[in-house]
Amino acid sequence: MQALTNRSKMVSNKQMTFLERLYLVSIFKGMLITISHFLKKKATISYPEKHRPISSVYRGQHVLKRDENGAERCTACGLCAVACPAEAITMVAAERKKGEENLYREEKYAAVYEINMLRCIYCGLCEEACPKEAIFLTDRIVPTEFERGDLVYGKDILVEPMEKSKRIDVSKRQTPDVLEFKTHSEYAHNQLWDPKKSLQTKKQSH
Amino acid sequence: MTPLIALFVFHWYPLILAICVFGVSLGIAAYSTYFERKIAAFLQDRLGPNRAGPYGIFQPLADGLKMFMKEEIIPNVSNKFLFILGPSIGMFTSLITGAVIPWGPNIRYHGESLPLQVADVNIGVLYLLGVVSIGVYGVMIGGWASNNKYSLIGALRASSQMISYEVAMGISVVTLIMITGSLSTSQIAAEQHGFMNEHWLTWNFFKNPLTFFIFFICALAETNRTPFDLPECETELVGGYHTEYSSMKLGFYLFAEYVNMFISSAVMSLFFFGGYNFPWMDKIHDPNMLALAGTCVMFAKTLFFIFVFMWIRWTIPRFRYDQLMNLGWKILIPLSVINLVATGFLLWGTGKL
Repeated sequence: MQALTNRSKMVSNKQMTFLERLYLVSIFKGMLITISHFLKKKATISYPEKHRPISSVYRGQHVLKRDENGAERCTACGLCAVACPAEAITMVAAERKKGEENLYREEKYAAVYEINMLRCIYCGLCEEACPKEAIFLTDRIVPTEFERGDLVYGKDILVEPMEKSKRIDVSKRQTPDVLEFKTHSEYAHNQLWDPKKSLQTKKQSH
Repeated sequence: MTPLIALFVFHWYPLILAICVFGVSLGIAAYSTYFERKIAAFLQDRLGPNRAGPYGIFQPLADGLKMFMKEEIIPNVSNKFLFILGPSIGMFTSLITGAVIPWGPNIRYHGESLPLQVADVNIGVLYLLGVVSIGVYGVMIGGWASNNKYSLIGALRASSQMISYEVAMGISVVTLIMITGSLSTSQIAAEQHGFMNEHWLTWNFFKNPLTFFIFFICALAETNRTPFDLPECETELVGGYHTEYSSMKLGFYLFAEYVNMFISSAVMSLFFFGGYNFPWMDKIHDPNMLALAGTCVMFAKTLFFIFVFMWIRWTIPRFRYDQLMNLGWKILIPLSVINLVATGFLLWGTGKL
């Protein structure tokens, strides 16, 4: 059999010589190998101080976007919760009162919106499902906590700040490829792909 | 007229020294745990503990605090007295071995010459061997009193291993005694004065390297260090003889191992590498300066051996049990006996006997 790599060693029942049976040479060689690693560059990345490079389409902590006037875009339709394969999203809808037009974009809004960050698998289906462009995954890494309850994020953490300067930039992940992908509903993970159907929908849309 | 403070020091000198040795042993053992983890990490291209303080130097304190805070469990079915006695013996024996080791040349204080050795007994080597063999009881009693199969197997393994290797160790020490002609540790240190005399290098290692290798391997086995850490191999025996132990009683067992390591490193540097002696030590005439330099040299040698212990631990995998026993009984003991006889003939031939 031809070897795929030249690193494999043929097994043999050859008797070891006296020097080999002493093992002292092998032990000494092994110790030289370990000591040669003593001053080598370390593989560790000290995490909170240093981050490793992440992909441009990295899916991290979610953000609930506001529109340009500062009103919340989410209308509590629940599509994200339905799309979520991990069932990490829960919400309670409420009706917008008079005088709250600057806070909520639509007449219905999410009074409670919670994502369990321990359940979330960061698949991004909520983002795909959202018809209002309200929820996006960002490149922020979710920090660790000591309590499980602290990882159920409510609106206080998820909704981006009102101030224009503190808004969360979500354009980083929206590369042309991603935007193109999002126009094809037939590629969505939670649907069975039917070529005929997808062709029809394409024809209809054109 | 000597001042009052000097009289006080003379009177309490052994106690002061004993407390110093005690503190230094514990301190070095504590920091051995830190350096063990650091060296392990460095040999594996990692960083090791670096969160508690700069470079993680407070890690031993954090570990110790954690050990104290843990719940102390004494199993219902165990023999409570023996259960507590086990780790106590382990810790006690490892700490009292430091008493006979000369840490440096004599210091001079108000006209008196004071030895840097707690007890200068003339049978120091015998004392060391005796105390080391009592150390087996700590492991044995602890494992047996736990009333647990794994503990008992671990304890049996530990005691059979330690007893087996004590034989080879004893014979190699006898060889050493034949070379030096003395059972007193201070005498052994003094005989290796300097580095070279007119004939040959004075350190015992250069007189008989084989004895050192046998002693070194036995010391690894005696301190239950890899590749001889069968008593506590987690993969086979849960935790070995200390499976049932928790909190500081477990800490005592783990700590005793590090104290043992420190003491056996000190013994190795004393027996074979001249202890506090170093080349050109006769150029220093002030006895206190000599004592300071000698103590530093002694500790440097000791720390080097501790490093070698750790280096070996993170290089060589554990022996199988039959391999361990084969090495002990079929190789090391015959080898040390041959070494003993050969050394005897050599000494007789050269007329030094």
